Amino acid sequence: MFRLEARPQPSVWWRYASPLLALGLTVLVGLTLFVLLGKDPLRGLQVFFWEPLRTPYALGELMVKATPLLLIALGLAVCFRSNIWNIGAEGQFVLGAITAGGVALLAGPDSGRWMVGAVLLAGIGGGMAWAAITAWLRDRYHANEILVSLMLVYVAVQLLAYLVFGPWKDPLGYNFPQTRTFEAAARVPRLFDGMRVHLGLPLALLAVAGVWVYLFRTLAGFAQQVGGLAPAAARYAGFSSRRALWVALLLSGGLAGLAGALEVAGPLGQLTPHVPAGYGFAAIIVAFVGRLHPVGMTLSAVLMSMFYIGGELAQSRLGLPKSITGVFQGLLLFSLLACDTLVAYRIQWRK
Amino acid sequence: MEEIALLLASALNSGTVLAIAALGLLINERAGVVNLGAEGMMLCAALAGFATVVATGSTPLGLLAGMLAGAALAALFGWLAIWLNTNQYATGLALSLFGSGFSAFAGTAYVQAKLPEQGQFAIPGLADLPLIGPALFRQHPVVYLAAALTLALAWWLYRSRAGLVLRSVGESPESAHALGYPVRRIRLLAVLAGGALCGLAGAYVSTVYTPLWVEGMIAGKGWIALALTTFATWRPARVLLGAYLFGAVTMLQFHLQGVGVHVPAQFLTMLPYLATIVVLVLISRRPQWIRLNMPASLGQPFHPGS
Repeated sequence: MFRLEARPQPSVWWRYASPLLALGLTVLVGLTLFVLLGKDPLRGLQVFFWEPLRTPYALGELMVKATPLLLIALGLAVCFRSNIWNIGAEGQFVLGAITAGGVALLAGPDSGRWMVGAVLLAGIGGGMAWAAITAWLRDRYHANEILVSLMLVYVAVQLLAYLVFGPWKDPLGYNFPQTRTFEAAARVPRLFDGMRVHLGLPLALLAVAGVWVYLFRTLAGFAQQVGGLAPAAARYAGFSSRRALWVALLLSGGLAGLAGALEVAGPLGQLTPHVPAGYGFAAIIVAFVGRLHPVGMTLSAVLMSMFYIGGELAQSRLGLPKSITGVFQGLLLFSLLACDTLVAYRIQWRK
Repeated sequence: MEEIALLLASALNSGTVLAIAALGLLINERAGVVNLGAEGMMLCAALAGFATVVATGSTPLGLLAGMLAGAALAALFGWLAIWLNTNQYATGLALSLFGSGFSAFAGTAYVQAKLPEQGQFAIPGLADLPLIGPALFRQHPVVYLAAALTLALAWWLYRSRAGLVLRSVGESPESAHALGYPVRRIRLLAVLAGGALCGLAGAYVSTVYTPLWVEGMIAGKGWIALALTTFATWRPARVLLGAYLFGAVTMLQFHLQGVGVHVPAQFLTMLPYLATIVVLVLISRRPQWIRLNMPASLGQPFHPGS
């Protein structure tokens, strides 16, 4: 047996090593799972970690999925650093998709290119508004943000379903629950011909820089985090916890909304009941695995995107259900939490 | 009148799911541990229960399998959160994400499967009473079990020595430790009990309540059960009452359509989630009231000997 002994200081080395060890453990369990299912484990590795990198097109697809994950995770990191547990990013993503889709549907064949800007702003506004409900109820009535933000996910999904089954349904769409496809003027421009990578990627990288500057180079960003680490110290310093709450939720809501807007006006091109693809929840894992640091999250967003693409390939090539992605995502977060014990504790083996 | 009896019957049935899960969560929260993994445990248990009934044809075995699945996942959570001192919120969240992913993955083979027909239940004599007979006395045994469990738990928590120890671990793990009680082992047992009951609730959903398996079929019931423990200020009787109330809200959607109220179905589906938010706001308005009733060490890790 072993026992844990608290370290005098958290180990810096393990802070960085722990996500890698967690990934290693996840891969190990994944390989075991493949063997148990009677699949070639090497094929499994190939499908998850090599195929998504093999061709320029595959790399593009990798970026398409990493973009929303990164945008949402950036906002969540600000929340988690402020000790605000917004786990309803999925709902803010959906609302952003709805408001962006609503504006995109207004575009006609001769709308100007500025329409894209309006679509994205509408998405940001929608996500912010949805997160503002959580912020307001917590601020004014002390309602727990975990439960409120999560309940709002279910509400947002139903709202989307109502719109695409009802008033926004494409009259020429053979009664499928979906809107008509958006006009070209409302679509997010692609970066390269023949690939689906779009404007969202540079926007997400811009957001990485923005969040980094905010967190580590501004007083407001510092104040934001002190409230999360040491509420008493923050109060003593006169940092407002209400301000921190609103900033964190509006920022993460806005970024999740932007991600939703980019998704519907980008790869999807219309609203369907399948807009919520779990990015809002996967981004929680991205945020933790990336150590709540903008650079770390850029890497973990790519990793999580590989899980998604690997899952799709596992379905088409290995005949496994696509939902294997969710298993690996959960495993990764579990192993990370277990490995993080090593940051604060030393293991002592006993005979 | 007929409609009211039907609503009552279905509210009790639907409330039972929430009640059993929330009572389980109440046990582990009384010991100072929040397990946000309820949704994930219920999903996996729903699948385990369903698969067992498909294989054996026995509903009791299915419910048992659900309890085992819930307890197994709770053991994983407990080991991480109680022994490795991981953040309880993050670990519970991980369990919910893993549970929904794993159940979706492992359940693909069962999506089209059907369960054998089940017999009707009726309490002889009482079941034939007008109106209340069908509403109250023609339910699945688990419905009565939930009520009995509430009574037993209330007695156990407040009238037995073991209940007192459990509560003291939740209020002040340091004092309990100083008195020589194995705080972590007690917490783990509480978490296991919570997982088993969440599992029972999950398996009840897939084998009795809506006998089928669909990915994500718990649809937030685990989260609502978590909210219920707060609404009920951690009292078993209030949990049961609250669960029946939420059961009624959930079932209202079907009965409103029955009596000719025409609101788009999606808005009716939103009702339980909106109701959760509204009640949460009402109950949280006075934070000191919640704080007074909340187990004092809720969410705090305990590491002996440091």
